[in-house]
Amino acid sequence: MSTELGKAFAKAKARGEGALVAYAMAGDPDLPKSVDVFAAMVEGGADVLEIGVAFSDPIADGPVIQAASERALKAGATLRRVLDEVVPEVRRRCPETPLVIMTYVNVVMAMGEERYAKLARERGISGTILPDLPPEESAGIRAAFDKEGVDLVPLCAPTTPPARAEAIAKDARGFVYCVSVAGVTGMRAELPPDLSQRLDLVKRAASVPVVAGFGISNADTARPLVAHADGVVVGSALVKAAHSDGPAAAKQLCADIKRGLKR
Amino acid sequence: MTTDTAVGRFGRYGGRYVPETLVPALLELEEAYAKAQQDASFGEEVTRVLREYVGRPTTLTPAHRLTEAWGGAQVWLKREDLAHTGAHKINNTVGQVLLARRMGKKRIIAETGAGQHGVATATACALFGLPCEVFMGALDVERQALNVFRMRALGAVVRPVESGSRTLKDAMNEAMRVWVSQVQDTYYVIGSAAGPHPYPTIVRDFQSVIGREIRAQTLATMGRLPDAIIACVGGGSNAIGALHPFIPDTAVRLVGVEAAGHGLDSGQHGASLTLGTEGVLHGSRSLVLQDEHGQIQEAHSISAGLDYPGVGPELAHLAKTGRMEVRTATDDDALTAFYEVARTEGILPALETSHAFAAARSLARDMGKGKHLVINCSGRGDKDVATISARGVPPATGVKS
Repeated sequence: MSTELGKAFAKAKARGEGALVAYAMAGDPDLPKSVDVFAAMVEGGADVLEIGVAFSDPIADGPVIQAASERALKAGATLRRVLDEVVPEVRRRCPETPLVIMTYVNVVMAMGEERYAKLARERGISGTILPDLPPEESAGIRAAFDKEGVDLVPLCAPTTPPARAEAIAKDARGFVYCVSVAGVTGMRAELPPDLSQRLDLVKRAASVPVVAGFGISNADTARPLVAHADGVVVGSALVKAAHSDGPAAAKQLCADIKRGLKR
Repeated sequence: MTTDTAVGRFGRYGGRYVPETLVPALLELEEAYAKAQQDASFGEEVTRVLREYVGRPTTLTPAHRLTEAWGGAQVWLKREDLAHTGAHKINNTVGQVLLARRMGKKRIIAETGAGQHGVATATACALFGLPCEVFMGALDVERQALNVFRMRALGAVVRPVESGSRTLKDAMNEAMRVWVSQVQDTYYVIGSAAGPHPYPTIVRDFQSVIGREIRAQTLATMGRLPDAIIACVGGGSNAIGALHPFIPDTAVRLVGVEAAGHGLDSGQHGASLTLGTEGVLHGSRSLVLQDEHGQIQEAHSISAGLDYPGVGPELAHLAKTGRMEVRTATDDDALTAFYEVARTEGILPALETSHAFAAARSLARDMGKGKHLVINCSGRGDKDVATISARGVPPATGVKS
């Protein structure tokens, strides 16, 4: 298991803050410029970077990330190019920040899960999130990742029954990604009232940090979660800010969310 | 929690590759379907509705003039085009909507390519009084105007999908996204023998009524099983339905026909069994059209129902193990076959079905006289008249102008 991820969460905790896992799409608007977005998010206070690798058929994503995927694919972003051209550059500019790849299972399968795990480790990737790979289907891929020390980060959903959520949490690598709303990625005005209970349940069972994601877009939506989670994932809001106003806007938004994450 | 031996596998293919939010719904569906299967009254109700409303059994028609024209095997047509709504799709939607009602679901969503599954879902929803939304690629909305009207007339809401290639695969993505957000009270009626487990099994079971009838009808008329059965393959629901009951009968040749579009070398086709590689699309592992980076490629076919870059996992397994032979037909082959069937048998087949006819000619000749070939006539061509007539209609036959 990656020690980098654990350290990043511990550091945020020691500062009295929830961790910010900041997502952007590699290759949006093009490969070099997306590196600027990742670096700006770290300057804004992001504790972990989630590097999106575009897939043509992103069934777990809402309109903002779907559109970013289409832009990235047009710009030639492939898993191979992201690992070769984006990840090393982000690593160079943000050497202290752990990196996690988020993509769909077909993209990893096309490269070959063992080949991916090896390359990911060599490039300095700590973990990987595959939103369309539930535990029942993940044994083979997880074994390949474990061998290289790349964490396969599991997801928990609002529809996941408690016993299943506990099993997922107990067996997790890296951190547990608790999906806050039944739905696709994207900003929401409100999060469901029972989210804190679900986070508490997962946190009790998990031996790794627990983060909430989907629908969190600013300090106000992040603030109530710090009592129940070790951090939050913000995606669509950052992708939208970077797309409309560039890296500085993404940096600003990270700083704003970090203020909401102070305990 | 293993990979290749998990439930819902057909050899290497199948599985359940979906967001965690949907997993509990799929487990619930699996359990509800298993219970329904054990409950004799459910099967009886499905059978009764198929008989009283859909018009089953559909006939097995001897195609005398095609048999003569092709000069080979005796040709028979399994007439799914005569089922209510004009295609085999209704067999599955009646079953799934009854299942949804049994599960207490409040609304139905579906995706559709050619519109036949959308119409069939809207029909079943009207029949059983459930609200229905159908996701359809914006391009398909344009080229299948008749079916869009039919769905709306039946009370369904048609939602055009503008993302990606604006065809079936994008409609399926959107239906899954909507299902993720409304999974508690919504039932998603998948129309192909594709998608995450248990859908490929459920759709196959409901469509297998076609093959069971072919079996009974050939035994009654020929006194034996047919020598070959041929069906078109997009996602593959009519094919698996016609072929599945014959899998153990190894003397019966099972043949699937894919869309070769502008040609297999053109890069514009829907031939995922022939040219696809192993991958995950829409919740199952199967053969898909994709590039080396795992990005799904856009399929092409003149027929919206075959314009899909994936295929049901069980058909992938049958093709890879050699139990099913796979052939292809181009857009032009399908158009030629359309007119040939229209003018020799008085039947306007759907463009999907025309692919099966296009490949059946050489199959019948290869088989030779004294053999019996059944073509699954999956649907009627009314929905395709705009597409077909836009290319000009050949002059009338045998009439002096």
